[in-house]
Amino acid sequence: MEWLLPIQNLLGSAWLPIWTVVKIMLIVGPLMIGVAYLTLAERKVIGWMQSRIGPNRVGYFGLLQPLADGLKLLMKEIIIPSGSNKLLFVIAPIMVLMPALAAWAVIPFSAELVLTNVNAGLLYILAMTSLGVYGVIIAGWASNSKYAFLGCLRSAAQIVSYEIAMGFALVTVLMAAQSLNLGDIVRGQHGQYGMLNWYIIPLFPMFIVYLISGVAETNRAPFDVAEGESEIVAGFHVEYSGMGFALFFLGEYANMILIAFLTSIMFLGGWLSPVPFLPDSIVWMLAKVAFVLFLFLWFRATFPRYRYDQLMRLGWKVFIPVTLVWVVVVGAWMQTPYWLW
Amino acid sequence: MNFVDVVFYLFATITLLAGVGVVVARNPVHAALFLVLAFCSGAGIWMLLEAEFLAIALILVYVGAVMVLFLFVVMMLDVNLVQLREGFWRWFPFGALLAGLMVFEMIWVLGSSQTSELSKAVAHAPDYSNTKELGRLLYTHYVYPFELAAVILLVAMVAAIALTLRRRAGVKSQNISKQVKVKKADRLRIVSMKSEPKNQ
Repeated sequence: MEWLLPIQNLLGSAWLPIWTVVKIMLIVGPLMIGVAYLTLAERKVIGWMQSRIGPNRVGYFGLLQPLADGLKLLMKEIIIPSGSNKLLFVIAPIMVLMPALAAWAVIPFSAELVLTNVNAGLLYILAMTSLGVYGVIIAGWASNSKYAFLGCLRSAAQIVSYEIAMGFALVTVLMAAQSLNLGDIVRGQHGQYGMLNWYIIPLFPMFIVYLISGVAETNRAPFDVAEGESEIVAGFHVEYSGMGFALFFLGEYANMILIAFLTSIMFLGGWLSPVPFLPDSIVWMLAKVAFVLFLFLWFRATFPRYRYDQLMRLGWKVFIPVTLVWVVVVGAWMQTPYWLW
Repeated sequence: MNFVDVVFYLFATITLLAGVGVVVARNPVHAALFLVLAFCSGAGIWMLLEAEFLAIALILVYVGAVMVLFLFVVMMLDVNLVQLREGFWRWFPFGALLAGLMVFEMIWVLGSSQTSELSKAVAHAPDYSNTKELGRLLYTHYVYPFELAAVILLVAMVAAIALTLRRRAGVKSQNISKQVKVKKADRLRIVSMKSEPKNQ
């Protein structure tokens, strides 16, 4: 970054805040573009899986469709329902998007590319993702609508339940890596055997639990009972129009991308190359993220929606016991000479 | 006043205002949300003291889990405000006395010269990990108190579940493993019938 030195000298003490803001923009900007094109990818992929074409009218290959959708939502009137709690109704979408963006501060994109390299990175991520539920609860309550309220109660119970399984799955990762620092977790998966050094090999059951809990945590199909069109119209955001709705949408997809990044970092070796003779780079990271995101879309196109009691049963009676057992297994395994990671 | 002081006073003001909000808010949901705000700014103050593990654990446990369930319950309660405020002036002297006592105690403890030294954060090297240090202490020096606390919490959890578990007669519930094991032959009976001519 030598070429930035003259600007740094020119700005003096104002340099640090300005440079930080620029770095934040460099993360949030591509993230928003990623979200926009993830929506297009979703419609295309699901379209192909169902023998349809998907959006293909706006721009070549439908590439301008996300922009058109965004513009449409921007132009729409925001309706605040009478009898709603106005302040909370307006704050709720912001409360969904804020933690979804704040969590990106500690995500390492490659060996050098990270905004803040904190030691408690994993804890920070867990704390930020657990805040996202407030937006949903407040939206459901402030809307003064039965459907929205039912959706918010379902979502709150679901997110709180699956957070436990997710947390335990991450406990095994931090046991294996012996660090909470996301960069160190990736570096712990570095070795001479490429793919075989990744934590997905010893922690495979946890990878599955984490992936499925991630789907549930982001309220995606087949766990989208919080929205459940056929049961409660559109769940917690049924009363939102225009940009309010768009912010919920952005939050949901930003969270999806975040979970995909975390899965790649924790279990799939982050920026490390899968074979030893190729160099490590951010390209691997993006490829792994794209694969996990494809899984999200695939799930949505394939599985029917879970019933609410089945969902709770899966979280509490299947995932949490499995993770607890695996924590003990990993702990015992690490004491033996057969722990190779 | 340097930057850290400014941030501290900002967080402290928000914490105090949010605390007042919890007490005076007319709507119980607003009160719970004010409590969330108080927790968040409290975590900010702890972060200033370089207690990053405690700060994040406060957000994770209290804001992320406890308060969510709290809100969950408060939203579903039908709280009658008039009934709630009935005995306000009757109990006010008692409450004021308690509050005054607490303020006095806090000033006494925090204002003395012995504790003023403790309130400053100990500077550490950049690679110092608060979480690792805490873990090391908890699992070596304080391992028995820590395990005891864990057992007490477990007992409390089992007790809470046992208290709410009521075995009533005639409750209908699904046995999912039974449902999964069902074969086609258990539910479906195929009856073969001869087709009958139309005009008999």
